[in-house]
Amino acid sequence: MTIRRTGYDGVTLAVPVSVPYVRYSTETAHWWIARALRRLTEDAGIKPGDIDGLCVSSFTLAPDTAVGLTQHLGLSPRWLDHIPMGGASGVVGLRRAARAVQAGDADIVACVAGDTNHVDSFRKMLSSFSRFAQDASYPYGFGGPNTSFALLTARYMQLYGATREDFGKLCVAQRENALSYPHAIMKKPLSLEQYLAARAISDPVHLFDCVMPCAGAEAFLVTRPEIAADLGLRGARVLGAIERHNAFPDDPIQLRGGWAVDRDELWAMAGITAEAVDVVETYDDYPVIVMMQFEDLGLCDKGEAPAFVRANDFTVTGSVAHNTCGGQLSAGQAGAAGGYIGLVEALRQITHRALGAQVPKARRALVSGFGMINYDRGLCSGAAVLEAEEDYSA
Amino acid sequence: MTGAKPPTKPATERLTEPPKKDPRRKTQQALVPPQGRSRAALAMSASAARSVLTLQICNDCGRVQYPARDACASCLSVDLDWRPVSPDGRLIAETTVRTSTEPYFRERTPWRVGTVSLDAGPTVLAYLHGEVEAAPAAVRVLPYLDRSGNAVLMALPVEGSPAMSEDRQLRELTADPKYRRVLVTDGRNPVGRAVAQALSDAGASIVFVGIAEAWKGFAERDELLAIPKVEIMDLDVTDTTSVEALAGEIGGKTDILINTADHVRAGGVMSRHGVTTARDELEINVLGLMRLAQAFGPTMSFRGADQDNSATAFVNILSCYALANWPTYGGHSISQAAALSAVQCLRAELRSGGIRVISLFTGPVEEPWYQTLPPPKVAPAAVAKAVVEALRQGTEDVAVGDIAKDVLARFAENPKVLERELGQ
Repeated sequence: MTIRRTGYDGVTLAVPVSVPYVRYSTETAHWWIARALRRLTEDAGIKPGDIDGLCVSSFTLAPDTAVGLTQHLGLSPRWLDHIPMGGASGVVGLRRAARAVQAGDADIVACVAGDTNHVDSFRKMLSSFSRFAQDASYPYGFGGPNTSFALLTARYMQLYGATREDFGKLCVAQRENALSYPHAIMKKPLSLEQYLAARAISDPVHLFDCVMPCAGAEAFLVTRPEIAADLGLRGARVLGAIERHNAFPDDPIQLRGGWAVDRDELWAMAGITAEAVDVVETYDDYPVIVMMQFEDLGLCDKGEAPAFVRANDFTVTGSVAHNTCGGQLSAGQAGAAGGYIGLVEALRQITHRALGAQVPKARRALVSGFGMINYDRGLCSGAAVLEAEEDYSA
Repeated sequence: MTGAKPPTKPATERLTEPPKKDPRRKTQQALVPPQGRSRAALAMSASAARSVLTLQICNDCGRVQYPARDACASCLSVDLDWRPVSPDGRLIAETTVRTSTEPYFRERTPWRVGTVSLDAGPTVLAYLHGEVEAAPAAVRVLPYLDRSGNAVLMALPVEGSPAMSEDRQLRELTADPKYRRVLVTDGRNPVGRAVAQALSDAGASIVFVGIAEAWKGFAERDELLAIPKVEIMDLDVTDTTSVEALAGEIGGKTDILINTADHVRAGGVMSRHGVTTARDELEINVLGLMRLAQAFGPTMSFRGADQDNSATAFVNILSCYALANWPTYGGHSISQAAALSAVQCLRAELRSGGIRVISLFTGPVEEPWYQTLPPPKVAPAAVAKAVVEALRQGTEDVAVGDIAKDVLARFAENPKVLERELGQ
């Protein structure tokens, strides 16, 4: 196919930052974001004033936006973006920042996502999440997205024969990955028996299919390779990246996401196939969405994810190194930072800076994002293929 | 879960008569489900008040859409109307909510909901009646007003069993009189007696019937007492002391209040001399309603979630000429317009307790004070049947009889034209 969009030459991605999560926090989103940015400048060896581009995602910054944050944190960027796309924020933020760097609108863009989690803030966020949610899903007893995903999980199981054991295999592998990741909220091993015996939340979704809402922040830098080299930073190129919103609006229930529209272009742009990636970081708010991404991003055919799951090992040293820090299911979901965790972890893995277990010889990663259950389905999807600037495994 | 159908048709668990209340137990306070809705979505609440499924339809391209939008998602037109659509659809996925962040639902889990693909086009989320079979299954979808007074959709079996009204989730959306204790405020008029009979037949556990000035002769007293479950009580809605005394006695066990008190006389403003008749009409039809609401409303509101026989509805029988004055009975129309306004106020005030306020609009009834009018007139039994149906459906606005239906339709079309038509 013809590639209509230009590549991401002259852009590098560096300095993965994860601020350790906590279940509940008395602090604000501003505080969490500040900690991530502070760590970002320390690890990059720059001063806050060197940040001339800022890209922010957060659900709990209200009444502020990225604008208020500049004055709050004393930053004076010449390029600023606020991306309210939940789980797709990381990939979308990267795409925006990369174009800004290519065009010379900014040299050092700090991409950051962070949220706090007060004792009652999750319920409050759900009740006013979107107009369609307020009108047509929240009044139906939904404890948040659990029920929306339960419905599409039920449909997926019915059509494609996925079983709870299949979902459980993914969750158990992620927990194993999380055990070596120091920041994970879940620190105990999880067996398939425990997974299957967990209480139902909204059938067929059970306790370990759900993420734990928490507070935390994630960040990375997007800059020019020369600047990264000057600073002595390990970096990664963007081989390809896509996003899509409200794909397939006439599907009666969501069984595919926007990746299915654009994935051929993603792989054509990247010049490699799905088999050539060493690390896969999917958006894992629920395991059924992981299966959907395997299919829609071309790791297997539609409806074949259950077989793909049965045939592979998803631990760090397995046949598909997947969600290597445990993902949101085991590390926790820190609001919009849930849209960053996979990207930040992928960057750590391919630059051989893993905080937990390292995927041996990792050089290329597939990262995927998914966000915003506006009514009955996730609307935003995105994916990126990353490659380390050099082989850092030696 | 894998699409295999359960071997037997799911049945509604039968309701049993709630036990006598344990006085040591805390009365469960009434919580209401989330109330926030966009202005566009309120149109569905308005049609749910009449128990009709409507959806938003684009006048330019004909697309049917849901949830409520401000523009057409096919052609971006803003010329949208809500029109009745087929309730038929197919359940394609279901779940049972076991835990919720909302206190109202936390107390009511497990709660069954599903995704329904409507024949009319859109996919909707809906509550699932217990008799709906496992997905995929044919269903019909109707809107109901939930305890916050807003529309929710519920998927029902295509053919329900006779017990289907006893479904736990459906009962949250209705005011079914079964095992409930009812007060009918005036047993002297034919409508009051018919309502008492109908509520007794509908399974109410007690039907209190108010009689004003009981010492005055009352020919139909024995007829009334012959109705099972009926207990006659002293009640004069023009007397605050009398209303409060009765509320003191039975206010804590009045689950449904049906105000049948009505003072009807012919004549308008200039066709009468003085305001004595008008004062009587206002005294009974408006101030009587207000006295009842003040005496019974707070307790009902407090008991909105009190066991299976919680307080549930306040029903008002109004003349359809509350909407536009009919000069032949112009004085009565004045009192009915005021009563309707009071009902609207009361509806908002009782909403926090989850109590539904029903307005039943009727044309002239077959009774002595409408003696000179030609037919059609509404039989008292028809009014009573409509009351029971409205309670069972949870309908908020009901028209009973051809005249009331006609007046409501004309009012919806153009209130000013209706005024001129009635004034000719």
